[in-house]
Amino acid sequence: MTTIDKASTVPGPRGPQDDGGPLLEVRDLHVEFSTRDGVAKAVNGVNYTVSAGETLAVLGESGSGKSVTAQAIMGILDMPPGRIPKGEIFFRGQDMLKMSNDERRKIRGQKIAMIFQDALSSLNPVLSVGYQLGEMFRVHQGLSKKEAKAKAIELMDRVKIPAASARVNDYPHQFSGGMRQRIMIAMALALEPDLIIADEPTTALDVTVQAQVMDLLAELQREYNMGLILITHDLGVVADVADKIAVMYAGRIVETAPVHELYKRPAHPYTKGLLESIPRLDQKGSELYAIKGLPPNLTRIPSGCAFNPRCPQAQDVCRTDIPALIPVTERDGGELPGRGSACHFWKETIHG
Amino acid sequence: MPDKTVEKVATATGEPIPAVATDAGPAATGKPRSLWSDAWHDLRRNPLFLVSAVLIVFLLVMAIWPSLFTSASPRDVENLARDFRQPPQWGHVFGRDWLGFDGQGRSIYARIVYGARASITVGVGVTVCVTILGTIVGMIAGYFGGWIDTLLSRMTDIFLGIPFLLGALVVLNTFEKRSVWVVILALAFLGWTQIARVARGAVITIKQADYVVAAKALGASTTRILMRHILPNALAPIIVVATIALGGYIAAEATLSFLGIGLTEPTVSWGGDVSTGRELLRIAPHVLIIPSVMVSITVLSFLMFGDAVRNALDPKLR
Amino acid sequence: MGRYVARRLLQMIPVFIGSTFIIFFMMYALPGDPVRAMMGDQAYDPAVVASIKKDLGLDQPIIQQYVTYMGNLVQGDFGTQIASGRPIADIIADAFPVTIRLTIFAFTFVSLVGIGLGIVAGLKPDTLRDRGLLTLTLFLVSMPSFVLGFLLQYLLAFQWKVTDPTVTDSENWGQLMLPAIVLASLSLAYVARLTRTSIAENLRSDYMRTAVAKGLPRRRIIGVHLMRNSLIPVVTFLGIEVGNLMTGAIVTEGIFNVRGIGVEIYEALSRREGATVVGIASLMVLIYLAASLIVDLLYAVLDPRIRYA
Repeated sequence: MTTIDKASTVPGPRGPQDDGGPLLEVRDLHVEFSTRDGVAKAVNGVNYTVSAGETLAVLGESGSGKSVTAQAIMGILDMPPGRIPKGEIFFRGQDMLKMSNDERRKIRGQKIAMIFQDALSSLNPVLSVGYQLGEMFRVHQGLSKKEAKAKAIELMDRVKIPAASARVNDYPHQFSGGMRQRIMIAMALALEPDLIIADEPTTALDVTVQAQVMDLLAELQREYNMGLILITHDLGVVADVADKIAVMYAGRIVETAPVHELYKRPAHPYTKGLLESIPRLDQKGSELYAIKGLPPNLTRIPSGCAFNPRCPQAQDVCRTDIPALIPVTERDGGELPGRGSACHFWKETIHG
Repeated sequence: MPDKTVEKVATATGEPIPAVATDAGPAATGKPRSLWSDAWHDLRRNPLFLVSAVLIVFLLVMAIWPSLFTSASPRDVENLARDFRQPPQWGHVFGRDWLGFDGQGRSIYARIVYGARASITVGVGVTVCVTILGTIVGMIAGYFGGWIDTLLSRMTDIFLGIPFLLGALVVLNTFEKRSVWVVILALAFLGWTQIARVARGAVITIKQADYVVAAKALGASTTRILMRHILPNALAPIIVVATIALGGYIAAEATLSFLGIGLTEPTVSWGGDVSTGRELLRIAPHVLIIPSVMVSITVLSFLMFGDAVRNALDPKLR
Repeated sequence: MGRYVARRLLQMIPVFIGSTFIIFFMMYALPGDPVRAMMGDQAYDPAVVASIKKDLGLDQPIIQQYVTYMGNLVQGDFGTQIASGRPIADIIADAFPVTIRLTIFAFTFVSLVGIGLGIVAGLKPDTLRDRGLLTLTLFLVSMPSFVLGFLLQYLLAFQWKVTDPTVTDSENWGQLMLPAIVLASLSLAYVARLTRTSIAENLRSDYMRTAVAKGLPRRRIIGVHLMRNSLIPVVTFLGIEVGNLMTGAIVTEGIFNVRGIGVEIYEALSRREGATVVGIASLMVLIYLAASLIVDLLYAVLDPRIRYA
């Protein structure tokens, strides 16, 4: 129940409410966990920004630090064992890591909301969905029980749950997986936040339901002009919804790109490997590509580029120097806006 | 099984970082770890386990070879000249007057040493009996289901409906001379229900596992399925419950003997000694307190042992 | 729900009959003779013994005796004590309120202190505070109630002289305090451990993370989301403990000389007064069964995932 709140009681400098800058900016964020076998470095200097109405997809295997980053933004990391040794998280220009517990709490749910992967375990099993939805209004807006219930029904209608008023007193286990995830979405949307973080929102669902839930999420995001951080390990989910993608590996962003560019021309061997391991109909019969090896042990991240033991292009320099995330350009030096790669051999990867 | 544990830890911390990364280590080096070797690995570094294990070994040695600890007899009057009012001679470690004498002039130290056998035998004996009986009943009920299950479950309910202490009093009261074996059988007669329930639950879960379905599909016999597939996998929860119950049975024997309905002379029992020390509580409290403390230490040792075993075998309870 | 209760009540009948029959059987069919116990060591005339037995119906087959006994019991006739000649119903009516009072006292203690300690430990798992409380409960569990009883009696009454060693007035709540604490200690330790485990486990659950992410105040997260879930197993455990507390009273009442059901049953046992033992035991079985039914119903009320099946 420890959150990442700092105990400072002095509020940070108040920036303008809307200065046209990004909604959220993560700067050089580090997160580590103390474990029995030493310190696990889960996030090692992540930078990204999200603007209103923009969708950022964060892509990576489990253990890449994508969810930990999200939890740090939300302030729901378990601390201890977690620790944020370094970094800043600006929300509308204010560093949330320097805020008091109470300031932090008021942002959660109201300004930044989160959708979790497993709606069944993420919803409280012994409280009705109407209660859990209405709670948002009762706590943050001081509505009465009755008003809150009316709002809850409205929300359930919003996310297209059939017979909302009849089902408002039902419990989470009485809904199907897709419906439960809609309830999670409704809960996140309740107070019309500026930013929603969706942590693998469709992973636990059937493929057919996945598309419905993603469409709903995208539709609502457009409607409310919210920023959206979509965390996923599934390249397929991302393509239609996201504006830009950040690929994470071993706690670092290894590549950033506008969504379609990434698919066309990956600039990092890891991204390339991920794309090649998607089964394709036109290559039926040939063996499926797989990235060799295992994700790194976070207590003993390989020196140099963390991906080097699994990389088909690795050279000596990859084992000694950590590559920085640098802008990626066209072969002739022409700018490629929004693109970056943390690979010593990005040129060979994108152009080769 | 280790994979399951890893998953659990992973979901518990949200992101599967530290636990997975480290637990994947040994798995990746190609050494498969079973539930049991995992548990042993955990146990060896658990101070609770080490302390309790040392105490238990000590108590076991005392129970098997009491004469190693004292030359005094627990039943003979060792104190002719002085009376029980003489306080313990703390300096005379292991001497017959070390812990003083009881109301009948017998060496309390010798009675403590010789009392270990009854306590431990009853504790272990009852645990073994209830484990065997309970496992058999629970496995049959869980595996065969249907009317057999209904019948056995009702029978379990009936025995569960008898308050344990009350039932033990009634059963034991019918015997004039109560040896260790009588007490063991009486407690086992009333105590098997808990294990039966646990075993039944475990078997019902395991029965649906793919490997059991596969074994059935391959035409394995019922006995083979029960002995080779179901029993080994149901054993962990049964052992957990049994080890923790062991301490409880030792306490139960002491309580019954204290009430005068447990072990009878000539068996030396700590509970009985507490009972005879009652009248002396005001003037010579050590006569009562020393065997009381001994009962508590013994129960505590087995409880800590059970706790450690449970933590090792059932990581999600931690 | 009505149908579920009706079915459960019906299921309780064979269990009640089975449990009481076992006790009845052990009391009457096994060696030991109340008439002889009554006469003590004095020389007796076998003819007199036989005629007393006949009067009491002790010469009939065991099943017959049981049926007659239960028939009377259902009509509220518990029979008469052989030694004192008093109706057993009177003895129970005298002693039962005392034990109930002691049990309620102990139960309150178990609930408040046990759950309180469990919450205190569980909210900060694996801290010094938590480990300290766990160790304390371990000590409590390993002390049989007679050990704790005498220890407290010795210290409080004989050493420090703050209480009387035994209870002289069973109506006095203040005097019942010490026996209640001793009676409660074991259950209290179990409740504290269970609450602690349950809270520590739920603390790590996904829905708790959700509650934090919703921006709820801490007291609401703990008070509504955590407690509601964590206390479900505790409440069911408490229900079952009512029965154990009542039988535990046999020991505690003996130590502190509380004239309750425990002392009566203990004395009846040593005199082999079958009717008294079986009567009181039947009552305890009934209370135990009622408690487990209430627990099941409560469980279904508290946890919507459980249906009346």
